[in-house]
Amino acid sequence: MFYETLKLAVQAIRRNALRSFLTLLGIVIGVSAVIAMVTIGNGTTEKVKEEMAKLGSNVLFVRPGQWGPGRSSATAKPFDMRDIAELRSQLHGVRAVAPMGQQAVTVVYGSESRSVGTIGTDASYIVTQDWGLSEGRNFVEGEIRSGRASASSARRVHEKLFGSTDAVGKRIRVSNVSCEVIGILEEKGESGFGTDRDDVVLMPIRTYQRRIAGNTDVNTINVSAMDGVDTSKVQADIERLLRERRGITEGEEDDFRVADMKQIADTQTATTGVLTALLGAVAGVSLLVGGIGIMNIMLVSVTERTREIGIRLAIGAQEAQVLMQFLVEAVVLSLLGGTIGVVLGLALAGAASAGMSIPFVLDPSIVVIAFGFSALIGVVFGYFPARRAAQLNPIEALRHE
Amino acid sequence: MTKIYGQGEAQVRALDGIDLRIDEGEFAAVMGPSGSGKSTAMNIIGCLDLPTSGSYLFNGVEVGGLDRKQRALLRRNYLGFVFQGFNLLARTSAVENVELPLIYRGMKLAERRPLAMDALARVGLEGRAKHTPGELSGGQQQRVAIARAIVTQPAVLLADEPTGNLDTKTSHEIMELLVGLNRDQKITVLMVTHEPEMVSYANRVVHFLDGKIASDTRQQEAA
Repeated sequence: MFYETLKLAVQAIRRNALRSFLTLLGIVIGVSAVIAMVTIGNGTTEKVKEEMAKLGSNVLFVRPGQWGPGRSSATAKPFDMRDIAELRSQLHGVRAVAPMGQQAVTVVYGSESRSVGTIGTDASYIVTQDWGLSEGRNFVEGEIRSGRASASSARRVHEKLFGSTDAVGKRIRVSNVSCEVIGILEEKGESGFGTDRDDVVLMPIRTYQRRIAGNTDVNTINVSAMDGVDTSKVQADIERLLRERRGITEGEEDDFRVADMKQIADTQTATTGVLTALLGAVAGVSLLVGGIGIMNIMLVSVTERTREIGIRLAIGAQEAQVLMQFLVEAVVLSLLGGTIGVVLGLALAGAASAGMSIPFVLDPSIVVIAFGFSALIGVVFGYFPARRAAQLNPIEALRHE
Repeated sequence: MTKIYGQGEAQVRALDGIDLRIDEGEFAAVMGPSGSGKSTAMNIIGCLDLPTSGSYLFNGVEVGGLDRKQRALLRRNYLGFVFQGFNLLARTSAVENVELPLIYRGMKLAERRPLAMDALARVGLEGRAKHTPGELSGGQQQRVAIARAIVTQPAVLLADEPTGNLDTKTSHEIMELLVGLNRDQKITVLMVTHEPEMVSYANRVVHFLDGKIASDTRQQEAA
């Protein structure tokens, strides 16, 4: 009997192809939107996590000032090379401590020029960043001390300025400083913040301070902990040392901040998480609208088919059978729509993932939820019109034109 | 079979205390002007409606005591309906229309298809099984409707102005068909009609007027 009811329902759907198609469309759009949005959102979150992992989870960033609304790092006293020396001698369980100063400056080679983020640092920078050289060498101690003009450029800078020709040993002009290129950094890709990490030039910190920044400041200190060392312990050590050096008394607030990648990553992940939820909610609304569309169509269908229902009742259909037929019709429609929606949604998400080069993260639970919801819509929104149909008085129904 | 038709009182008194008994095997024509109560009577006889008061016994069973579901079962098992407007399902082939009552009886395709084809053969439409109502003439559509009504082997066939939408020639063909069913298969036929020339096919004529029975005459089969 159930099979027969199913057949009746499928017949009815096929006989009203256009109406059925329009109903389907609502569910298809709703389900596919939910799945595509959530999958893309999850992919973005995953991408951010990956990028964060690339930056290294055991790296601590020390910056002067406190971050946050109403606080400015400009008023806080910057670090200098003596802080670096102190941290290097006092900290335990640390792989490297790198000073950092950064500014965007124009880099020129021959007739080519480009505005590039220039980082003044020393040989330990690439150690803290877990970075390597594809060509040439790192800075040597003499260069750092003497402030000799030399530079390592990253892949993108190399491409833009030198094209395919060899760069090591050539001289480039960084702002107004003529530097010898001593090495090319390995390709690193985009960072989680959307900046191109391959678009930088490294130069010795003293050269940077004297010739570009015009001071002796260190804006940021990068500290990378050794594997297996608890970063929170290193963080506490840094805070204690710096408070001492900066003469901050007990109870007074730090005028610097130590953050690790994990904290930054968590903030980013939370942001993308909220975005995913938002996208999902918007898509959920379209799913709901699709459901109301089904209910609407079922109601219209009942009105339109009043006569048919009358015929069915007159020739011996029972209320329950008419109810079942309409219910099964609605459920078949929404399940069909749900299936098409799942396939379409995954295809969209797949295409978007490929296009935006984010990982394709399939969350089976969202597929189950979207599909289950479409089935639920079918039952709920199919039930009321179906009940109305079944309870029609056969004579009234037959008289209906 | 006994049919005692008690008194029905609708608000407009569509039926005003009538008493009617139709015996098994009769071919009764019900006549009367619009609003005379004949359609109301037919609806009650067809178990589609209930009398306001009085009682209606079908085969000794008090229909007023049955619930909707039981009345649906009674319709399904004992009654066949033929309507003026044919009332076939659109975009549905003739044989599928005929099968419909059997589907509701839970009959499998292999069982019901031969029965439906047989019913179509009895109304002379075996060659049109795959045609949809839109592809059939009015007379053919009414034949399909009759086939649908008789496929369940009903005891009673209720025809509400079966020839109302048909031309004279086709009307006579349909009437011949109904007479044949009445004679050969002993199906009790109850027919509402406006047209006096169709009455001659019946062996009993009941006239309704203002919710009452004005006359009730038995006649020899004319056709």
